[in-house]
Amino acid sequence: MENQLNYSTSTQMVPQKKQKRENILFSQKLAPYIFVSPFLISFFVFFLYPSIQTIVMSFQEVLPGETKFIGLQNYKNLLNPHFFAALRNTTVYTIWTLIILIPFPLILAVILNSKVIPGRNLFRSSFFIPALTSTIVAGVIFRLIFGELESAPANTLMRALGLDAQQWTMHWGTGMFLMVFLASWKWLGVNILYFLSGLQNIPKELYESAEMDGAGVFTKFFKITLPLLKPVTVYVLTISIFGGFRMYEESFVFWQNQSPGDIGLTLVGYIYQEGFVNNDMGFGSAIGIVLLVIVLILNLIQLKFTGAFRKE
Amino acid sequence: MLLVINMAVSLFLTGCSSGAGNSSSGSSPKNSNGVTKLTLWTFVEQHAKFYEFMADEWNKQHPDKKIQIQATTYPYDDMHNKLLLSLQSGVGAPDIADIEISRFSNYLKGKPQLVELNDIVDPVKDKIVQSRLNIYSKDGKYYGIDFHVGATVIYYNKELLDKAGVDPDKIVTWEDFKEAGKKVVRATGKPMITIETSDLWSYWPLIVQQGSDFYGKDGSVTLDNETNIKTLEFLKQLLDEKIAKAAPGGGHHTEEYYGFMNKGGAASVVMPMWYMGRFTDYMPDLKGKMIIRPLPRWTVDGKRSAGMGGTGTVITTQSKNIKLAKEFLAFAKLSKEGNIQIWKQLGFDPIRWDVWEDPALKEPNKYTEYFGNDIFNILMTVKDEIDSPTITENTPKMNQLVVQSALYKVLKEGKQSPEQALKNVAKEMRK
Repeated sequence: MENQLNYSTSTQMVPQKKQKRENILFSQKLAPYIFVSPFLISFFVFFLYPSIQTIVMSFQEVLPGETKFIGLQNYKNLLNPHFFAALRNTTVYTIWTLIILIPFPLILAVILNSKVIPGRNLFRSSFFIPALTSTIVAGVIFRLIFGELESAPANTLMRALGLDAQQWTMHWGTGMFLMVFLASWKWLGVNILYFLSGLQNIPKELYESAEMDGAGVFTKFFKITLPLLKPVTVYVLTISIFGGFRMYEESFVFWQNQSPGDIGLTLVGYIYQEGFVNNDMGFGSAIGIVLLVIVLILNLIQLKFTGAFRKE
Repeated sequence: MLLVINMAVSLFLTGCSSGAGNSSSGSSPKNSNGVTKLTLWTFVEQHAKFYEFMADEWNKQHPDKKIQIQATTYPYDDMHNKLLLSLQSGVGAPDIADIEISRFSNYLKGKPQLVELNDIVDPVKDKIVQSRLNIYSKDGKYYGIDFHVGATVIYYNKELLDKAGVDPDKIVTWEDFKEAGKKVVRATGKPMITIETSDLWSYWPLIVQQGSDFYGKDGSVTLDNETNIKTLEFLKQLLDEKIAKAAPGGGHHTEEYYGFMNKGGAASVVMPMWYMGRFTDYMPDLKGKMIIRPLPRWTVDGKRSAGMGGTGTVITTQSKNIKLAKEFLAFAKLSKEGNIQIWKQLGFDPIRWDVWEDPALKEPNKYTEYFGNDIFNILMTVKDEIDSPTITENTPKMNQLVVQSALYKVLKEGKQSPEQALKNVAKEMRK
């Protein structure tokens, strides 16, 4: 505020016209908007406009030259077995990824953080490498490993263990296993990274004083590590719920959107199928809006439950 | 809170916006040396090479209006989505594009953004297998030109048949086929035929062959009619009696299947003519062992083939050189010369049946080396027996449901009876 006053007094002597131009160029009120404008423009063009358009389209039948409003018809069409199959698959998948991708990275991060583990830097990086590969590329390899023939690597292993060879991509249970397995393999390292960074922020003094009070490894873990990691855990939980519901590639690589009996159909896959494969953009938009609502509600509940809204 | 909304917004954007931002400029007018550039999108690399070859031929014959084909090959899904979006939004479409038959009806919905091709089709209409034109038409207007007839045939593994003492020319009806199949299984331990459970090529041709289809000629759903149910029951019987085996990988286009077949996994497979290329490219060990025959008949005077699959080449209304694009398209895909090149380079059975007897088609190439010299003699015998399926606006969805909800549930899971499964899908499609 003070700056601004100084500025206006110093320019008082300059002729009217020049002063005006300088005011625009050097205006301290305008400057912040100019600096944020790249973000704002891209937000409006690539986020806000498409978002609003999606909502509008979800009430339309979108055809070149013949787009018309059809009321709630797209939403009524949602009540079909494919949508519910997609919803079920996506939900089950999300739950599995939550069960696997939060506790395991947490424990691994604690282990990797402790100084007694030899070669921990090697492990840290090797856990992270899968995250750098593209899901599609890795998925192709997975598809070959879990091929249908008895000579495929996974089936060879199954038979070596005395189990039956499986047609992995042909059944609901094994199909779900494949998707969760691929996701776990890929995202484990990323979550470890989040937890590791959280662990670095826990002051060592806490552990030292706890040790003096005679706390063991487990007491320290449950009384110090877990509570202090809570912000990180909430963050990981949020993006995991979100990541689970937006899942598409993991299903795509195994079935190319043509899963038998909808065993691999996900909500995003269903958007793709209806919007592009069947050229029903209005219906696709409606699915997208419902997906948005689901994720929004779930995350709000979750954040409320974990206390993220409480004023600190 | 803001974070959540933000993430949720980007969530459905990732779902809806893929490919939206990629637009290449449509067509550019003539450049300095009088060469007109035509952009072309396809999803098969061999197609692109074919068009480039034909453009060279065109330039030799028409030095006054030279063209340059700028062909881009995208993956199947990408190309179709990109084209759909650019036609929907009115910018960024190429001059010429290939559209696969099962997606074609998407582009005819609403007001088609494609150029009507009647003026180049009509002069040669009587020399073209008629049903190949109708599948790309709407209200009597033709919008796409196909590469091939896609006559469905049966590929026999001669080695396995010989071992079982089966003469393929004695297999006249599907009942004969079944009996021969039993012999083959007994003698070789290999299945007589493979059946797709994740794709349509084992089922659709067989019902079209009988004059039936998923849709009637008037566009009504006929999926659950008696013929279709009986045909599916027949396939299920073949599987149940171990005469047939479900195709490894679910279909005839999977790595698993190529490997399985290449090792002499089954004695026959029903596929259209264009499948020849898969044999030559992916199953080299069967060279000289495979023979091509017409399909067995269902009744004594039933038809012995069906025209399946296809790629309709279209010109978009966004093109700035519609006239020239039309002339080139006619030259590449409707002329005698073009049709001969379609066989020579792509191994397809061209849509002009008057070239089938042309000596040029008897010249040895990799297909005649693989399958023998009588390929087109066999095709000529079934020339008038090749019907094509009825395509409607809802064909993409119908095909998807038949595969996912009927074939899979009946042939793979075995949880539903053919009648029940087909009735369910038909009910959903009638809604």
